[in-house]
Amino acid sequence: MAAGLPRVSASVVVPKASLQKVFDNLRASGFTLVGPTVREGTVVLEEIAGLEDLPLGWTDTQEPGSYRLQRTRQPEYFGFAVGPHSWKSFLHPPRLKLFSVEKNNGDWTLRAAEEHAPAYAFIGVRACDLHAIEVQDRVFMGGEFRDPHYARRREQIFVLAVNCGKASATCFCASLKTGPKVRGAFDLALTELPEVFVIEVGSEVGSEALRDTSWESATAFDLGRAAQAVQRAERQIERQLRTDDLPKVLYDNLDHPHWDQVAARCLSCANCTQVCPTCFCTTVEDASNLKGTAAERTRVWDSCFVLDFSHVHGGNMRPSIRARYRQWLTHKLASWLDQFGTLGCVGCGRCITWCPVGIDLTEEMEALREKATP
Amino acid sequence: MSLAFSMPEPRMVHDPMLPERAVIEAIKPEAYGISTFFLRLADPAEAAAYAFLPGQFNMLYLPGAGEIAISVSSDPGEPRLLGHTVRYAGNVTRTLGRLKVGHGVGLRGPFGNPWPMGEAAGKDLVIVAGGIGLAPLRPVILSVLRRRDAYGRVVLLYGARTPADLLYTDEFARWQEGNIDVHVTVDLGDERWKGLVGVVPQLFYRIRVDPKRTLIMTCGPEIMMRFVIYEALARRIAKESIYLSMERNMKCAVGFCGHCQFGPTFICKQGPVLKYSSIEPFFGKEDF
Repeated sequence: MAAGLPRVSASVVVPKASLQKVFDNLRASGFTLVGPTVREGTVVLEEIAGLEDLPLGWTDTQEPGSYRLQRTRQPEYFGFAVGPHSWKSFLHPPRLKLFSVEKNNGDWTLRAAEEHAPAYAFIGVRACDLHAIEVQDRVFMGGEFRDPHYARRREQIFVLAVNCGKASATCFCASLKTGPKVRGAFDLALTELPEVFVIEVGSEVGSEALRDTSWESATAFDLGRAAQAVQRAERQIERQLRTDDLPKVLYDNLDHPHWDQVAARCLSCANCTQVCPTCFCTTVEDASNLKGTAAERTRVWDSCFVLDFSHVHGGNMRPSIRARYRQWLTHKLASWLDQFGTLGCVGCGRCITWCPVGIDLTEEMEALREKATP
Repeated sequence: MSLAFSMPEPRMVHDPMLPERAVIEAIKPEAYGISTFFLRLADPAEAAAYAFLPGQFNMLYLPGAGEIAISVSSDPGEPRLLGHTVRYAGNVTRTLGRLKVGHGVGLRGPFGNPWPMGEAAGKDLVIVAGGIGLAPLRPVILSVLRRRDAYGRVVLLYGARTPADLLYTDEFARWQEGNIDVHVTVDLGDERWKGLVGVVPQLFYRIRVDPKRTLIMTCGPEIMMRFVIYEALARRIAKESIYLSMERNMKCAVGFCGHCQFGPTFICKQGPVLKYSSIEPFFGKEDF
């Protein structure tokens, strides 16, 4: 066992059971752990206590409109691809009370909601999802205004990233260069091998979290096996999203007849926007008590697939599903670039898996390209 | 054992979603179902610091009812008393319509891109408004009147559905006296109406414009603005010299809620006042 702590950018090897010590270290420092766990046949992200909560021995089979969990012969802690949840649930909560108001005689006083945002340690952030966090950073912290609710949570997180050793059939990160290898700002990045974890240290805080874990410096052999695991995942990825000519190809085809064909299948259910790790739209809910003496305002996730989303007096700007699907895809793959200098898609494939009718944006994009107006 | 690292202190940042309290100082009925609410920020320091430019808007909040984007319709030279001309159309505006002088309203702002008053200096100005679309242009007119010498010819082309829907009619004479050429039309006259009948873009046929020195500022229903742009382009006015104010659903006014997107444009941030050339590929696109 090496003494002290590994330096930043070093790679170490730890026995799998030592991950519990990392969790304990993080909790002792005040972090609330959030990670993957199995619930109702799905790998979801929730508060976890320890290693025993991780989906050991489970893997998933994903297809357009289909998600199934299965037992594996080789028990792995991270042997699955992304599930329906993403980290945005914790950084950009689905419901957030903004303030409350007490009224009397037509006048009122306003009280900002007290926030109890814990410092989260995110356990098992995949490469695509780490990119998604960076995309939302640009939305909420990169402009003239700053969302204090997001910023507060974001600035406190600890990221334990995981390099994917397996890709699902709906993954397409490789073509967007957002995965499967983790790049970007992480504290620790883990690769799972049959008997050990190979961990790259990304920050001082990450190094501290490895205290007393019986870590050893990774050998060239360990690093080679870790690289192979990621390469194996990359080879499994068949789906692709071509990004050349974006955003032009979409802007030039706003009247393409293919939009009608997608609209004929799309249920406008908003599943894609809810599972998407970058979709950020919200609405507000106002409620008051029956006497009308107290009211509060809550921010909730919204979706451009909801009819009322574009409501102005007299009607809705996008009354048809055609118009709403066009808005969504054009935002993701065209106007997002203009707005934030990056695509609004990270290739995680969630919108494909969780679409009840299996609409695949990579296929729709190809269809729009094939018959594109010159 | 405890670790050497500790949690970073969460930073307290002002939340742009929190409204300030403002008080209704006066309510002026303007037309059928339309009134101007004059608001004063309750906090003296906030009131003193507040300034707005013509074309900018505030978010007005009513507890339990909701929040809406309303452009400031009063004089930017008098930013202590903020006029908001409101048509009773939805839940929030109808609730506002039941309030009285002295009642409180939530206010956040000002937001958005203003009319290009600097660019307009030294030029001829054609202001084209339909219905309540005159409200965000009234600060332009009042600013012009304050510095009338700074502009060339100034024309207002204004119309509404019926004579009862015309706004600020009591001010037209003063505007005319201030050397603003006012042309008014209605879609449908009544027995007492002696003025013009017809849609707003037709008023272009009553004026002469020098395309090289004319700037257009227009606000009204999108279908009206489409034909205003058509008439302007037909008179060889450059796309870059046509400005329009757009309306979309807004929940936040700071670019977070996503509702006001119009292609690459957030109407709340790059708009509501936009140069026509910047949105030309999308303007008039069906259901966009």
